[in-house]
Amino acid sequence: MQTENHLKQCLLKTIRTFIDILPIIIGMLLATSLVITLFPEEISTGLFGKGDIPDAMLGATIGSIAAGHPLASYLLGGELLSGGVSLIAVTALLVTWVTVGIVQLPAEALMLGTRFAVYRNIISFGIAIIIALLTVYTLQLLGAA
Amino acid sequence: MPRQQIHSGTGGWLFLAVVLTGYGISFLLNPESTTEAFTFFRRVMRQVLPVLGLVFLLLFFANLLLAPAKVNKYLGRESGLKGWLASVVAGIFSMGPVYAWYAVMAELQQKGMRTALIATFLYSRAVKLPLLPLMIYYFGLSYTLILCLYLVVFSVISGILIERLLPQKI
Repeated sequence: MQTENHLKQCLLKTIRTFIDILPIIIGMLLATSLVITLFPEEISTGLFGKGDIPDAMLGATIGSIAAGHPLASYLLGGELLSGGVSLIAVTALLVTWVTVGIVQLPAEALMLGTRFAVYRNIISFGIAIIIALLTVYTLQLLGAA
Repeated sequence: MPRQQIHSGTGGWLFLAVVLTGYGISFLLNPESTTEAFTFFRRVMRQVLPVLGLVFLLLFFANLLLAPAKVNKYLGRESGLKGWLASVVAGIFSMGPVYAWYAVMAELQQKGMRTALIATFLYSRAVKLPLLPLMIYYFGLSYTLILCLYLVVFSVISGILIERLLPQKI
């Protein structure tokens, strides 16, 4: 009887939680779909080529704003690389695409707290630039770039 | 990070209302693209539904099996190296969109999970195991291995930084 009650309580709690998160998830998906459709997929390669750090920052910014499946970031990254954009910029884009989410920020703030969400995204943005530089420099050091 | 209930409450519905208003405005300005966006949403929603089912199950089992004392032991302040390892590995193996995982993290946070480990989990999700072959195809094996190694290392660093910035809430 006690186990049954515990199961029932857990199920009810889960349903309540789920009902709470549902509008956030639906809202997120709707917002992401709108952003992906309204904003152009192709980014001018002319914006890049201003040095390692500015390029990394630009790549990281694009990745932070962009929303969608990580697969799309590989395709975009590949296109940018073949268009002459540096590997540092492309790496920063790939990393922020999956670690920083401007579009997801409201949902993250609602569920995990505003300060946590804001700090985490800022830290992730900075780290993405460091990772981009380190990855490419390591590749160069190993003679693989 | 506040020890709050997982509460979208009115906030969640308000958020949805704002997004729907955005759709309304967008439809008035550009009906074709907005319809396209809605079609895209329906397609993505169909893909996300199984993940939501998984999230529901995880939430249920977290409620059923994970007592706060247990979470504290394995993912709390005293979890040590095991806690870091568990959050990195769980992040790498977690599937689906990140926002589906916020609820699971918030639930575990209430039960005592360290803020640092939540940040580490969210960062290590950047290593996408199923997509690694594709990444290797596009960018090469050396690049993929080095990038993944840095992502794992920095997922821990991001956790440490978050905890230093938000120490009083832990």
